[in-house]
Amino acid sequence: MEKIFITGSGSIVGTNICTDGKCGFNPQDFPDFTGFIKAAYKHFKIGFPKFYKMDNLSKLAFLTSEILLRDRKLTERYKPEETGIVLLNSSSTLETDDKHYHSIRDRSNYFPSPAVFVYTLPNIMIGEISIRNRIMGENVVFISEEYKPEILYEYVTFLMTNGHVNACIAGWVEYGRSGKDYESVMYLVEKVDFTNLNIKFETSYLEKHYCDLKAKHYG
Amino acid sequence: MGELINKLKHEIIEVLNLEDLEPDEIETGAPLFGEGLGLDSIDALELIVLLEKNYGIKIDDPKKGKDVFYSVQTMAEFIEKNRA
Repeated sequence: MEKIFITGSGSIVGTNICTDGKCGFNPQDFPDFTGFIKAAYKHFKIGFPKFYKMDNLSKLAFLTSEILLRDRKLTERYKPEETGIVLLNSSSTLETDDKHYHSIRDRSNYFPSPAVFVYTLPNIMIGEISIRNRIMGENVVFISEEYKPEILYEYVTFLMTNGHVNACIAGWVEYGRSGKDYESVMYLVEKVDFTNLNIKFETSYLEKHYCDLKAKHYG
Repeated sequence: MGELINKLKHEIIEVLNLEDLEPDEIETGAPLFGEGLGLDSIDALELIVLLEKNYGIKIDDPKKGKDVFYSVQTMAEFIEKNRA
């Protein structure tokens, strides 16, 4: 089988943001996600005002993709349709679903927000990343009760060995219904190992890397 | 009218999550869409909801929207003319 490599990673676990295993931004003075993610957006000087319009799940996914893809020159190396995105999460868009439900449950005060409604499908986080990076390849979001790296491994491997996908952004982006629990980890997966680090895209690596990130944050 | 315009600017920033903008930075007569604030179709829907929710004004004819939402000025004039 054709070899596939992990050529980069980006993660946000709690307030701990890491790229390729290096954790540089970890502010402690933000009690909630809203303040933290806005501070992170400014810290990384992203400059994409649509960020403010996204729901929390998309903000988490978008920011993770930004820290993963910065300086990788993905668009210079691949045509738009050559890059795929495969994401996995557990709570889907439940937090935003709740917001939408609250805006429609009272028939006498019925003002659903179009801007909230458009975020009631998890695929939209892929849309935001795709628009930003001009990605037009295969994409999918799987919902799984818990992080199951084998799902990522199997689908990404299938795409990269049977389709036109030569690079893939793959990962776990979970934003819990309560807004207190959130974490994301994304990998850049490529057929050519530009890093020469020889990190093979394997379930065992995805599992270990995820466990290490959690241990780093929660101890 | 000046008070209404100022209120509208605050409301637009709030409902459209234009967090990088201050009310003073929105030119009263400048286009909201296209070259102006760069708003999109979802923003247009939000502005329709804003008119209905905050001012009790329903836009029945979608063709009117283009003129009503041209600028903060045209929105304010439409509200003045139509609110109960």
